[in-house]
Amino acid sequence: MARYSVGDKVRVRAVFPPTPPTHVRTPHYIRGCVGTIERICGEFGNPEELAFGRRYGPRSTLYRVRFRQVDVWPDYDGPAADHVEIEIYEFWLEPVEGENAA
Amino acid sequence: MGGLAGGEVNRDEHDYALWEKRVDAMMMLLTNKLQIMTVDQLRKGIEALPPDAYENMTYYERWIASVTNTLLDEGVITADELASKMAAIEAQAQAHAPEAG
Amino acid sequence: MSGPSDTHDHGHHHDHHHDHDHMHPYDPDHHHPHREDQDDTMTYYKVMESAVRELLIEKGLITPEQVHRQIEHMDSRTPANGARIVARAWVDPDFKKRLIETPKEAIAEIGHDIGPMHLIVLENTPEVHNVVVCTLCSCYPRWILGLPPDWYKSRAYRSRVVREPRTVLREFGTEIADNREVLVHDSTADMRYFVLPMRPEGTEGMSEEDLAAMVGRDAMIGVVEAGAGGTGQLAAE
Repeated sequence: MARYSVGDKVRVRAVFPPTPPTHVRTPHYIRGCVGTIERICGEFGNPEELAFGRRYGPRSTLYRVRFRQVDVWPDYDGPAADHVEIEIYEFWLEPVEGENAA
Repeated sequence: MGGLAGGEVNRDEHDYALWEKRVDAMMMLLTNKLQIMTVDQLRKGIEALPPDAYENMTYYERWIASVTNTLLDEGVITADELASKMAAIEAQAQAHAPEAG
Repeated sequence: MSGPSDTHDHGHHHDHHHDHDHMHPYDPDHHHPHREDQDDTMTYYKVMESAVRELLIEKGLITPEQVHRQIEHMDSRTPANGARIVARAWVDPDFKKRLIETPKEAIAEIGHDIGPMHLIVLENTPEVHNVVVCTLCSCYPRWILGLPPDWYKSRAYRSRVVREPRTVLREFGTEIADNREVLVHDSTADMRYFVLPMRPEGTEGMSEEDLAAMVGRDAMIGVVEAGAGGTGQLAAE
């Protein structure tokens, strides 16, 4: 069951993984950024478990999240309308306080 | 590596060599057909290579290194088997190789 | 086959010490330039490929025929497949709608199987120009377009196109007007992306086949517009 809906504002968790070996599928540059759910892609195996050959763990909802480039890169030199969209698993996202309907 | 500084994109291309296609084909068989390993293990294995692997190894060299490490980790092949097989192949190649500097 | 591996412990089973004897990316003896493409020289990693393949064959896990068929299968995936899909979408609005809504089924209509790929079709419009990258590795819609070009996998492309897409596009000769959004898609997980370029002006009345010849690989990645560059470029110059 997807926790977020299309249009919800979310923040990418800014945590950094513990000591290796580990595997992380959320790009470094997007951690801590606030974006909007663009679509729900479905349920997929968690790559951070699959990376250790564990195929049968719980699946996670995968979203595509839309970010304004000027929010991602403080020195972005293109128009404010430019965006980047990234696939992010639900456990990497947290709600933005006061932005979403209860 | 998204967002890191970098030079101009080099648009030279090469045709994939047979050995590169074989690495690709083996990976597809291992993941899709045999389900011995996952694409995620491939990625993790590449990330686990030394930091300068990106400079010193080509794309499919990183793949075969990662595939091999995963197969060793999973016990599909052993380090001894790999070492003796590689030695045999190298000896065979040298026996057939022309004089080279 | 290899037994359930989900019992694996998170940490220490995954050090790679035991094979360091075989892994010498530092070793100057094994160093050679990038993009080496001569099948007649045996490099360390080519030896490793042969050894692993032979071991897997000896253990009965794969056969030489399977490897051969898999290579043929990938060789049959070429940008021409994508160009046919684009041309059909240009001439048939209903197909275009289906292509965007249910890509797998729409692509199957023209006799192409995209395999296990979860595809998202990105339509370029006068308002939006899409460009695709995988900053974490090199995810690519290989089941349509075949294997990616070297630059797509390069550090320069992967690191820069998310941060300065317009500059990178300019290096490919593509200038996007300031009032048109540049939308970068970072292919980080399970989706794969295919850009449906805009139909060039002045192509009214052209046959589907001639239209397909205008669509190169790079237009379907989004670094150029259709009719500019790529494999099936019209000889307009």
